[in-house]
Amino acid sequence: MGAATETFYSVIRRQGITRRCFHKFCSLTATSLGLGPLAASRIANALETKPRVPVIWMHGLECTCCSESFIRSAHPLVKDAVLSMISLDYDDTIMAAAGHQAEAILEETRAKHKGQYILAVEGNPPLNEGGMFCIDGGKPFVEKLKMMAEDAMAIIAWGACASWGCVQAAKPNPTQATPIDKVITNKPIIKVPGCPPIAEVMTGVVTFITTFGKLPELDRQGRPKMFYSQRIHDKCYRRPHFDAGQFVEEWDDEAARKGYCLYKMGCKGPTAYNACSTVRWNGGVSFPIQSGHGCIGCSEDGFWDKGSFYDRLTNIKQFGIEKNADQIGMVAAGAVGAAVAAHAAVTAVKRLATKREDADHTS
Amino acid sequence: MMDAAASDAGPDLAAIAADASGERAVGRPSVYVYEAPVRICHWVNAFSIIVLMVTGYLIGTPLPTVAGEASDNFVMGYIRFAHFAAGQVLAVFFLTRILWAFVGNHQSRQIFYIPVHRKQFWEEVLHEIRWYAFLEREPKMYVGHNPLAQIAMFTGFTLFVAFMIITGFALYSEGTGIDSWQHKLFGWVFAIWPNSQDVHTWHHLGMWALVVFVMVHIYTAIREDIMSRQSIISSMISGERQFRD
Repeated sequence: MGAATETFYSVIRRQGITRRCFHKFCSLTATSLGLGPLAASRIANALETKPRVPVIWMHGLECTCCSESFIRSAHPLVKDAVLSMISLDYDDTIMAAAGHQAEAILEETRAKHKGQYILAVEGNPPLNEGGMFCIDGGKPFVEKLKMMAEDAMAIIAWGACASWGCVQAAKPNPTQATPIDKVITNKPIIKVPGCPPIAEVMTGVVTFITTFGKLPELDRQGRPKMFYSQRIHDKCYRRPHFDAGQFVEEWDDEAARKGYCLYKMGCKGPTAYNACSTVRWNGGVSFPIQSGHGCIGCSEDGFWDKGSFYDRLTNIKQFGIEKNADQIGMVAAGAVGAAVAAHAAVTAVKRLATKREDADHTS
Repeated sequence: MMDAAASDAGPDLAAIAADASGERAVGRPSVYVYEAPVRICHWVNAFSIIVLMVTGYLIGTPLPTVAGEASDNFVMGYIRFAHFAAGQVLAVFFLTRILWAFVGNHQSRQIFYIPVHRKQFWEEVLHEIRWYAFLEREPKMYVGHNPLAQIAMFTGFTLFVAFMIITGFALYSEGTGIDSWQHKLFGWVFAIWPNSQDVHTWHHLGMWALVVFVMVHIYTAIREDIMSRQSIISSMISGERQFRD
């Protein structure tokens, strides 16, 4: 860590990696990002000529699951990402330096690479009580975040915490934990949600930024399109059972053993945007649905506040009761039905009464 | 438009006065109210909404698991197809209905606005409320919708259906992808509710709101047909509104 003027290529050559291996790596990366055949040579060219991008990785209110996921990346290997592709100048969880020495790096990077470094944020700042719920290096984390964001080229918001708030922002959110894009408004922010995000998605995003020197194309909510433009449901290998109408009705039934669709068990696949059903986890071994459990939609905004993970419909709390839309709807329809019936009955009685009255008048 | 509304009831009531004795001497006065496109849209929309409600409920709460190979069955697929097809039909006929409001007669525009600025309108709304609360003996007669019905149609049909079409297409765009025209036109819904689970919830609530609307709509149509001395149900078939005593 420290000096960041060398290129990726010079670093890996010094580590004894052949040019042939380097090109293999470039092809693999281009493929895993879903880029065209020309992209491999553009990646190679970029990594040979561009200085490595300095990255500052900070931790707010979080559980470090993003880091845990990141260090398990297989394509590319996280070792390549951290030690070669980027210049990870600061990451208080895994760096060797500590105390004042570590904090000095922040100032140094900020001065030396003004407007050029990437600020990767894991977790989010709590704003209540002046940010006192997360103290980092003797200062509230929110101050440190704002300071480093000022001169950053772009910000990566790792995980559900930085992107949406996650469990520490669950109602009533006592510490007022706030996602990054609500605190920093004047910098490009890329959201990489998930709790945690998939390792290959994380390193894929880092590779894209270091290669092309810009953020990948983002969707309406600020997530990279290449990983978050489709739902789990769209690419789920159990989808044929959904279309056929074959569902797991309860855990451990015959349908569960046959691997039917988990829709009725509250699987959030149809509303969760992520790459789990294609990239999968742990080097492509599996993902929750493959392991027999529904998706909990951990990459979605507010997934922690939407009631049970085992219900399809969100609980609605606005009415002071915890019921889902169908329960509320049925009660409302029932009440109106009863009212209509009562009104019809009164109408009939009234009509009979007036008729009799009229008859009395005329006679 | 105001003048047209005010003159609606005038001449017809005069015609009915001749009928006041109870004898059908002069024949039943009738007015052509609902033009053909209005009637066609009404029944197509009604049919679509019923298909949408049934299939929509079955998408949220699927039927019991079917046996056999996945490749031999397509139950959810057909249900979803019916839902999407009916949704597209509803959208097209809803749009047609909006366009017809520009060229049709005064009654064809009634369900698209509430004349909030007219004092007389609100007085007549009050009268209708009193009529439904059994406080008025005689209902007033209207060629088109009565003021309370106009409010109910504007909210219960126009607003709710528009809401369902918008959220429906937004949800549909999740399947067609972010490059689709559906997402380009309706993707902004996810700016309001970033988690599509919330859009699902609102789409469910919208369905129940429409269930309530349909119940009240059918009940009042039947009731007024019997009670308010004017044809309601047959008018939506023939287009003619007949007045009787």
